Amino acid sequence: MLKAEDLSTGYGDNLVIKELLLEIKEGDMVTIIGGNGSGKSTLLKSFSRNLRPLGGSIYLDGKSIFKQDTKTIARKLAILPQSPRVPGDFTVRDLVSYGRQPYLGWTGHMGQKDYEVIDWAVSAARIDYLQHRLVSTLSGGERQRAWLALALAQQPRILLLDEPTTFLDIGCQFEVLELVKSLNGRLGITIVMVLHDINQAARYSKSIVVLKNGKIYMKGKPEEIVTEKVLEAVFDVKVRVFKDTDNNCPYFIPVGGRCDLKRVTDLQDKNNILRR
Amino acid sequence: MYDKAIKAVKARQAKESIRKKKEYRLTILLVLFVLCILSLVLSVSFGAFKISLTDVVRAIIHGEETTNRQIIWNVRLPRTLVAGFTGICLSLSGVMLQGVMNNPLASPGIIGVSSGAGLAAVIILVVMPDYYYLVTPFAFIGALGATVLIYFLAWKNGINPMRLILAGVAVSAFLGAGINALLVFYPDRVHGVVWFMVGGLAARTWKHFHILWPYTLGGLCTAFLLTQKLNILMLGDEVATGLGLKVERTRMVLIGLASLLAATAVSVVGLLGFVGLIVPHMTRLIIGSDHKYLIPATAMWGAALLMACDTFARVVMDPVEIPVGIVMAALGAPFFLYLLRGGIKRNVKS
Repeated sequence: MLKAEDLSTGYGDNLVIKELLLEIKEGDMVTIIGGNGSGKSTLLKSFSRNLRPLGGSIYLDGKSIFKQDTKTIARKLAILPQSPRVPGDFTVRDLVSYGRQPYLGWTGHMGQKDYEVIDWAVSAARIDYLQHRLVSTLSGGERQRAWLALALAQQPRILLLDEPTTFLDIGCQFEVLELVKSLNGRLGITIVMVLHDINQAARYSKSIVVLKNGKIYMKGKPEEIVTEKVLEAVFDVKVRVFKDTDNNCPYFIPVGGRCDLKRVTDLQDKNNILRR
Repeated sequence: MYDKAIKAVKARQAKESIRKKKEYRLTILLVLFVLCILSLVLSVSFGAFKISLTDVVRAIIHGEETTNRQIIWNVRLPRTLVAGFTGICLSLSGVMLQGVMNNPLASPGIIGVSSGAGLAAVIILVVMPDYYYLVTPFAFIGALGATVLIYFLAWKNGINPMRLILAGVAVSAFLGAGINALLVFYPDRVHGVVWFMVGGLAARTWKHFHILWPYTLGGLCTAFLLTQKLNILMLGDEVATGLGLKVERTRMVLIGLASLLAATAVSVVGLLGFVGLIVPHMTRLIIGSDHKYLIPATAMWGAALLMACDTFARVVMDPVEIPVGIVMAALGAPFFLYLLRGGIKRNVKS
């Protein structure tokens, strides 16, 4: 349903994504992984039409997203950027209610239906009890759920998430990802997200797309991606892969890489020599 | 179970506080409205020529041509209304610019309105003082021209607020150099320029009011329609785009409108840029940053403040009149600092 065709994009003369071809199927839960500067966030920004392509195009339901009415797209596609900001005195409910923007006329008047959707979005994101608090007083995990509720109020079929767990403690990360998973599983919303933590990607996605130097290096199921070979080729790190039998997914621990153990001890020896 | 009960209680308390906040905001709007009326009455009643309040009312209601009526109808009322409408224009312009650029330092000065209007006015007043009556239209064109120039210079695949502000500062400095050069080359004519540079309301008549009111009312209505969009812009460009807002276009409309409002005001009363910077902040500290309340509150507070300051400017050193721009800054700045230090309990920010 969402498709990038021969997509090239970047900032100024610097081409970050080069002739990329990617199709995202309805109901999928896709995670994009890759090293720093591989073009993960840039790709997501192109999907959310925050960055115009320099070549190729992006299609939503078969039509280019740059030729469709932006409000129509906003009813199908919602985005949660990396570190969104919010004015200090907005309540959670105020924030969520802005998700109805694509459905409102030019007067901005909200009807019964809109209020019902806001109630639904708030309870789907499990923040009923927070809805009258100020967003600025929420913890990181609660805040992220409030932003998810805003996206849900758009009643989207696709949700784009740019590193939704960055800056959160491990408990909050788990909480947010579980919520995202339930949105995919129970509501059938297609999820496309960028994650840094590959173990999380392995556990929470149906398929993984690996980017390297602005191109798709590989895509497939988590068990095909999280392997010693792929991770060494993409991240230049030696890993050992295990099977998480509880959640039926692979996980890994790093054992060496760019700066492997032998080199570290060499360095220490050098330092000792210098100190002497 | 216990957890749920606590959550329910908390939710109820929160709901209560939301209701209170709404009531608080509506009360503030009401108070501001009363202040507006009060300033208007004060401004019409006080002046060099003493007229008692009953005579004021009589002069307005009865149609007979007395001296009192002459003074009130032809001198004070137009001047007061010009003050009020200028206040609305400048403060609305400021509040929109601060919202659209997400920057607390944005003001009509930053998009070149002050320097553009200033240079145009100085050229007329200094180089060809015989055409002094062209000051208003020329200042208007100068102000809009400077905005267009800045917008054009800052454009690069769209408008980035930071680049716009920097371009604004640079262009203003450039035009300011022009103003200063003219003042240096024609030192004997500086006197005629001073009133324009500080902003004054002396001898403003119905003619000026008729220039002002269409823009003010038009701007006010448009601003009301854009409150929701301003709120969404505050969530950042990415979120706003995601919500189906045409960010570039909305920003252009808002900056254009702000420029138009400020240009009108500045061309009629001179460089009162300070109003546009400080009134929105004062209001935001009192009523919060939701533009649904902020826009009407700012408009009313701007009008009330300028009318009150003008009354003060006329009365305090009678018969000498102080330019309202000076009074505005001298009274406004300390009051603003008082608010900034937390002088008024911030119910809104809680």
